[in-house]
Amino acid sequence: MRLSPFEFFLRLNHTLQAKRRYRLNSCLYLQRDSAETHILTAVMKDRLILDSEQLEVMIGRLCMQLIENHGSFADTVLLGMQPRGSHAARRIAARLEAISGIAVPLGFLDATFFRDDFRRRPLPLQPNVTEVPFPIENQRVVLIDDVLFTGRSTRAALDAMIGFGRPALVELLVLADRRYSRELPVQADYVGITVDSVQGQQVVVEWKEKGFAEDAVRLFS
Amino acid sequence: MPLQSAAPMKQFSSRHLLGIKDLTPADLELVLETADYFLEVINRPIRKVPSLRDLTIANIFFENSTRTRLSFELAQKRLSADVINFSASSGSNKKGETLLDTVNNILAMKVDMIVMRHASPGAPHFLAKHTSAAIVNAGDGTHEHPTQALLDAYSIRRRLGKIAGVKVCYFGDILHSRVALSGILALKKLGAEVMVCGPLTLLPRYIASLGVLVETDPDKALAWCDVANVLRIQLERQQIQYFPSLREYSLYFGITRERLLRLNKEIVIMHPGPINRGVEIDSYTADGTGSVILQQVEHGVAVRMAVIYLLANRG
Repeated sequence: MRLSPFEFFLRLNHTLQAKRRYRLNSCLYLQRDSAETHILTAVMKDRLILDSEQLEVMIGRLCMQLIENHGSFADTVLLGMQPRGSHAARRIAARLEAISGIAVPLGFLDATFFRDDFRRRPLPLQPNVTEVPFPIENQRVVLIDDVLFTGRSTRAALDAMIGFGRPALVELLVLADRRYSRELPVQADYVGITVDSVQGQQVVVEWKEKGFAEDAVRLFS
Repeated sequence: MPLQSAAPMKQFSSRHLLGIKDLTPADLELVLETADYFLEVINRPIRKVPSLRDLTIANIFFENSTRTRLSFELAQKRLSADVINFSASSGSNKKGETLLDTVNNILAMKVDMIVMRHASPGAPHFLAKHTSAAIVNAGDGTHEHPTQALLDAYSIRRRLGKIAGVKVCYFGDILHSRVALSGILALKKLGAEVMVCGPLTLLPRYIASLGVLVETDPDKALAWCDVANVLRIQLERQQIQYFPSLREYSLYFGITRERLLRLNKEIVIMHPGPINRGVEIDSYTADGTGSVILQQVEHGVAVRMAVIYLLANRG
C-alpha cells in the first residue's frame, strides 16, 4: 500500500501521540532519546535517579555539547546560579578545562533580590554572594543551574544578569529538567536529564562539596 | 530534606528599628551580613534591584539632615521602593498638627514604612506603639541613631575584618551624641572594647555604667585605641557653654597631625559627618590613609538597604 505524503504524516503523528500517551501512562519508562534520558518515575520516597558515575558521564556529555556550540569559547562566559547551580557550574568549568584546555570565565549570580516571591513567603529569603568579575556585554552567556522546575528562578536570574550588561546570547544549561511543571515559558538549551515528577516531589542534586558521601541526583517524594 | 528554591534565612527579631538597645547581637550580625550583599549590588554597573517594588516608604524628617536623608532615600531607590519625603520646614506641624495626626495622614495614603528623625527622644517608639507601619529611627534627639551605629560597626568590620576585641574610642561631645550612644551599645553587643574621651563637661556623668572606659586625655586615648570615632561639636544642641572657645577645644581635644605622628601605629579614623575641619579634626587626619570617612558614607547606603530589606521581609 502506497501512502501519499499527507497520509504518511497523519499516521506518523498518530504514532507519536500514542507513544507519548504510553510514556505518560507507564509508571517507569526509560529511553535514550537524542542524548537525553527520560524517566517517568513511580511515586516513592528518596529514589536515586543518577549515581555519581552516571552524573560524571552526563557532565561530560554536556561539556561536549557546549564545545560543539561554542568552539573556542572566545566570547563565552559561564554563570552559575546561586546557591545550588554554582556547584554544577564549577564542575562543568573544571571538566571543560580538562577536556579542551580552555579556562572559560566562571561567575556566580545570585537572583534573590530579583525574585517574584519577596514578602510572599513566611520566612525571609537568604541572599548569596554574587561574583561576576568580568563584563558580560556582547558575551555569550551560559546560565547554569542544577534543577529547572517552575522557571521562576531562571526569570529572576535573567533580570539579575541584565544588571551586568547586555549579552549577545543567553543559553540555559540544567542538570535536571522537571517536565510538566513550568509556570513560565522557560526552556533549557542543554539538559542533563529529564525527570517527570509531580508537584510536591523534589529533585535534588547532591554534591560531595556539600558534604554528601557521593554525588547523586535523587527524587524525594 | 527540606528544600526551597531559595533558602529561608534568619529573621530580624523586631518589626521596627527603633534603637540598638532593643536588638540582639544576632540581629546586628544579620544586618552586617546582609549589608555585604548590598554593598556588592551598589557597586554593579546597574545599581538597582527590584525587591521592594511594591512598597512605599515615607521619610519624615522633623530635624535637618542631608547625609542621612539622602542615604536613606538612595537605599530605598536602589531597592525600587516608592519614596515620599516630608520635612518639617514644608510640613503642617508648624500649623499645630500633632505628630500622630501627621503620621496617620501619611499612613492613610497607604504607606508601608516610615523613616523618621525627630528632635524628641522616644518619638519613634511612640509612633511604633500607635501606628501599624514599620518604623525606622533615623535619629531621635540625643537618644539613638541606630543606622549610624550599624554603618560604623560595618565600616570597622570591613576595614579590620572583625569587631570583637577591637578597641574603639569616641572623641568629643558624648553628652549630646546619639551616634555615640547607639555606637557604644552596638559595639558592646558585638564584643568590641569601647572608650569615650572628651572634656569632662561633655561626658555624661554615668556613662561608665554602659561598660565603657572614660578618659579625658586624648593622647592616652589615641594610644589605647585601634579606631578613633571623632564626633562633631554640636553647637546647635548646646544652650550653655561647655568649653571656653572652639579654638581652645581644637587645641586640647582636636585629633591632629601632631597627635597622630606621636603614635607608633596607624589607627582607623571615623567621623559621622558633617566635619568641622580644624575644630575636632584637621585635614591631615580627615583625608589621611587611616581615614574611612567616605567609606562610611558608602557603607551607609548598603547598611540602610539591609535594614529596610530585613524589615520589609517580615511583612
